[in-house]
Amino acid sequence: MTDSPNGTSKTAPSLSRDNGIEAQGLVREFKGEIRAVDGIDFEVRPGEIYGFLGPNGAGKSTTVHMLTTLLPATAGSARVAGHDVATEGALVRDAIGAALQEAALDPQLSANEHIRLQGALHGMSKRERVARGEALLERVGLTDAAGRKVATYSGGMKRRLDLALALLHGPRVLFLDEPTTGLDIQSRTALWDEVAHLSRDEGVTVFLTTQYLEEADQLADRIGIIDRGKIAAEGTPAALKAEIGRPTVEVTPADEGERTRAAELLGPFGELVPASPNGAAVRLSDGSEELANIIRAFDQGGVGVANLELHAPSLNDVFLAKTGRSLEGAQAEAAQEGDTGEQPVLEGAPA
Amino acid sequence: MNGAPTAQRGAPPLRVQVKELARRSILRTIRQPAIIVPATIFPLILLAINSAGLDSATTLPGFPTDSYLTFALAFAFLQAGVFAVIGTGQNLAEDQVSGFWNRMQLTPIRPAALVAGQLAGTLALGLFQAATYITVGLIAGGHIQAGIPGALVLIALATLITLAFGSIGLIAGMRANTPENVQGLFPVVFVFLFMSSMAMPRNLIETDWFRTIATYNPVSYMIEGIRSLLIFGWDTEALALGFGCATVILVGALTVASLSIKGRMVRT
Repeated sequence: MTDSPNGTSKTAPSLSRDNGIEAQGLVREFKGEIRAVDGIDFEVRPGEIYGFLGPNGAGKSTTVHMLTTLLPATAGSARVAGHDVATEGALVRDAIGAALQEAALDPQLSANEHIRLQGALHGMSKRERVARGEALLERVGLTDAAGRKVATYSGGMKRRLDLALALLHGPRVLFLDEPTTGLDIQSRTALWDEVAHLSRDEGVTVFLTTQYLEEADQLADRIGIIDRGKIAAEGTPAALKAEIGRPTVEVTPADEGERTRAAELLGPFGELVPASPNGAAVRLSDGSEELANIIRAFDQGGVGVANLELHAPSLNDVFLAKTGRSLEGAQAEAAQEGDTGEQPVLEGAPA
Repeated sequence: MNGAPTAQRGAPPLRVQVKELARRSILRTIRQPAIIVPATIFPLILLAINSAGLDSATTLPGFPTDSYLTFALAFAFLQAGVFAVIGTGQNLAEDQVSGFWNRMQLTPIRPAALVAGQLAGTLALGLFQAATYITVGLIAGGHIQAGIPGALVLIALATLITLAFGSIGLIAGMRANTPENVQGLFPVVFVFLFMSSMAMPRNLIETDWFRTIATYNPVSYMIEGIRSLLIFGWDTEALALGFGCATVILVGALTVASLSIKGRMVRT
């Protein structure tokens, strides 16, 4: 039997029933009556990876802060690892690990010094934290850099150290708030592998927020799509995509001025859906066999086509169908509103 | 892997939390020359300029010493206090901006440990500065009338002053939210420092309003406490006022800082 850094063993993963997360009617309002989270309900089963997908400003980080006891809810309730986040905060914190939006590290300390500090604050003995620290650093590929100051680390190394620190005290539930934002593809893939391993082999429940469709699609057992503080859809990636069912065809006319005409030609083939600014798109009523007829219609209509794409249903289509806008469009909207991230204002904090 | 964790270890003793946070604070301080060097060198530069340019002030009737260097040396310790406000405040604000504050909140940490831990680096820097100023002052021709025991008391008072100012820095760090905002306090605190008996004994300040402000400014009494050891030897009243003012500021600022930190730890 092999012990894991999570403190469980591969032959006996900690899949006890109290490793899950439940939220009921969770609300968080900020000053100015801004409802960052607007009455959400969801359940995360023990040992699963739950992807919380949404654009910037959707309410993802605020939800994580409430579930990790860092922010009191305005209304509603939540239980994490069997404990009420409002009344049993210490027990919740003991059961969870969290890597929040920014890798919260002291640039002047080394990885070893972070391990020492974090372990000691969690009440771990020196022997225990040294053994686990070494194992975790090896696992996330930081053994060689363990004595170096974090200021010299790359973004990927910081994220990996953040993950190792979150796992140090053996949490049963792990919160990862946009863990791969800003990482290159190699670092991202490495982190995905690690998260999948934690859930699959060690039974850790993972609550993962992300704005990357691919990340949610590849990693999550189930997904909750959050937009403007409300959960718009929930289910497995496959089920959500199956719900949308039909493929989409997007046509970009050669002449930008013929976008409206392109939409008219597509109309008979199904339900028009939002597309890129220069194109028109339709969710096909009869499946991809209509493709030939669409090309024929454009040819007969005298509209030149610069680009034609057939999209199998994706999570973006799910997002589009459930919220009326694409995830990219929602990101752009958030950016225009100056909301490039979600840093909840703590209650009582000065403005 | 050996040493699998056990669930629900509970909070470690306060002394362990304080020790580890103090260690971090000291390491963080000594690894940032950009904090240590200006905070130590700038008061020495000002000391050199003042003692060179204002030496003729010692000829004024009633001036307590014939060495302006010895007179001005006391001010260097108070300037270190100003840097303690800014340095401590910036460190705390940086922890909040970087998210390190949240990382600590997710452990069973106590507010008292946070306060004490944050001040440990300030204390270490204060001791280093005090030793530096005494050494440089003596090499440059200054003297300590109270002798070696006086030097030890001087270090104790200077350290207490640094801690008192550092506690004000904690309040600034909690309220200002960003390191830049804390930095913006520098001129305000510095002006407060200048409106004291730092350049001239209070009885020789001829401008009434300045003398009045200097009389009500506790900084004057802290400077005069240090100065008494340098110039007069053992002046119980000056020392009592110096230690008293520093203690009152320390206790008051620590109380406010602790309440601010406790209030900010909004975890459930």
